[in-house]
Amino acid sequence: MSHTVVETKALEKHYQMGGQHLRALKDISIRIAQGDFVAVMGPSGSGKSTFMNMIGCLDAPSRGQILLQGEALTQLSAAALAKVRNKYIGFVFQQFNLLPRTSALDNVLLPLLYNNTPRDEARARAQACLQLVGLGDRLDHQPSQLSGGQQQRVAIARALVNDPALILADEPTGALDTETGLEVMQLLQQLHQQGKTIVLVTHESDIAAFASRQLLFKDGSLISDRSSIPHSASAELALLRQQRMKEVAV
Amino acid sequence: MNSLTLLQVAWVALRVNLLRSILTMLGIIIGVAAVIIMLALGAGARYDVDQQIKSLGGNVFVVFARGRFMGGAREASGSSQGLTEMDAQAIEQQIPEVNVAAPTLRASGQLIYGNLNWAPEIHGVDNKIYTAQSWELAEGRSFSDTELASAGRVAVIGQTVKRELFGAADALGQTVRVNKMPVTIIGVLKGKGQNTQGNDQDDLIFMPLDTVRKRIAGMTLSSPKAVRSIIVQVTDERDMAIVEQQLDSLLRQRLRISDNQSGFSIRNLAEMVETRSQTMQIFNGLLAAVASVSLLVGGIGIMNIMLVSVTERTREIGLRMAVGAEPRIILKQFLVEAVLLCAMGGLIGLTLAVAVSLGLEYFAGFTAIIQPQVVVMSLGFSCLIGVFFGYYPATKAARMQPIEALRFE
Repeated sequence: MSHTVVETKALEKHYQMGGQHLRALKDISIRIAQGDFVAVMGPSGSGKSTFMNMIGCLDAPSRGQILLQGEALTQLSAAALAKVRNKYIGFVFQQFNLLPRTSALDNVLLPLLYNNTPRDEARARAQACLQLVGLGDRLDHQPSQLSGGQQQRVAIARALVNDPALILADEPTGALDTETGLEVMQLLQQLHQQGKTIVLVTHESDIAAFASRQLLFKDGSLISDRSSIPHSASAELALLRQQRMKEVAV
Repeated sequence: MNSLTLLQVAWVALRVNLLRSILTMLGIIIGVAAVIIMLALGAGARYDVDQQIKSLGGNVFVVFARGRFMGGAREASGSSQGLTEMDAQAIEQQIPEVNVAAPTLRASGQLIYGNLNWAPEIHGVDNKIYTAQSWELAEGRSFSDTELASAGRVAVIGQTVKRELFGAADALGQTVRVNKMPVTIIGVLKGKGQNTQGNDQDDLIFMPLDTVRKRIAGMTLSSPKAVRSIIVQVTDERDMAIVEQQLDSLLRQRLRISDNQSGFSIRNLAEMVETRSQTMQIFNGLLAAVASVSLLVGGIGIMNIMLVSVTERTREIGLRMAVGAEPRIILKQFLVEAVLLCAMGGLIGLTLAVAVSLGLEYFAGFTAIIQPQVVVMSLGFSCLIGVFFGYYPATKAARMQPIEALRFE
């Protein structure tokens, strides 16, 4: 059995909403191992985002326990959680969340500012990550000068720059067209092949099929946890492009 | 995150919204500039007053003979037993703190030289006047003992008189007529310029006391040695109060005036100038206070914009927190932004104030002095405004929950 990255034990999250007591997560016990590519699925309100916030150390559970790299997160202060996020987790968001009017390089550098990485080393690492996602020639471009797909790749480079134990991608293709979405999934699959642990939150089963394990949430409960042979994003991308060529020819 | 990085991040954030940053700074710029200019003008006015006091002598009393009350009726100035040269001698000899006591007389008359005429103040003096009023000779000499004792027909003139009657020509040895009497010019005084009331101090002519008394004034004086006033210079300025008391009792005794009668007045010129300048100081202080209100308003402007900025950048804050910024660092970041904004505003305001002060000095003839402590204080104060008005918005930013901030639309 490979090394455990995240483990939740009887995880619960309760909200008080308009006088109503809401159980957003009910008794979730899950283990995510090193090198897993997990898709978290479910309709909106199923608790998948809440689950992601929990393991992403963005929110504290109401009950139960989360272990990240063997470290319990339950009792940590906001400042300590920020340190944990910086060290172990790389976020990719649906809306990219890049800093406007800031170069791609400086955007990727951001997490390194918060752990006092020496300036030169930080630059070198950020540059390497941008090269890895295929944007080595666009270091000085600002988000407004980049396409949606390129912006998301900058965001992925930013998630990678601290070499985190876990990459959390929340609907990373949600704001992209099919082709660029596939390109992003192709990139995530490449990272998975290089040994990264990835948790992907999505409500699209096509996208979830690129992961090797699917968790299905409904009404705050985990209703299915299965492994599958992932579809290849590269293959689908090639197919799509072929079709496009034909359409143009016709 | 070290402080240099914090400063860089803040700088970038301010540069991104350049126009807004400048407009926000404007409040601080104007406030700081106004405060510094007001204080500079105040200090300048103060300096002018000090200069004037120095030229008058901060350590000088002028004693005037005054009409006194006799059986309820006030008699005219100089009409009865007045001051004499002997009183001046007595003051100098009997009050050890007094350096010099110079008796003076005033007369009016016209000077005629060739076809020119001029009517300066005519002063009857002896050579003590040079010390008592800090006069210096530009050329020539002062009166000899013989000239003083024999009512010599000689005179020392001020720069204005020289200019009006002789122009660029040599005045020494020339004879002018004063009320028809020929008088030889033996000396010319160095110029003092205008005093703060704008009176020309160089428009005068000195002649020996006796000459003025006997040959020009033709006054009917109660004593052959009568004088109009005595200028008393005190050695040490700190002894002014003691000397004033001693002068009073000595003169009462010599002039035989009882305590409840008045027969002379002792005036401290510096004090008179001081009193006048105090009004100005109060006025200036008031203006500076108004100016500092604008600084306060500028500070509120900073808070306003910082609050807008925090709300506008909620997602950025969420992201920074997600990638590892501790609340403390977010707090610092926004505080540094506010302080940077204020500090830059302060610096620009200072530059503006220097420019305006120089302009006022050059074009409007004001004296403006920017004191170093005012510079330090106003810059320090603008930074303090940054901290004070930046703190609340920064706390608001630091208290955000990362998930909610990230979802903010």
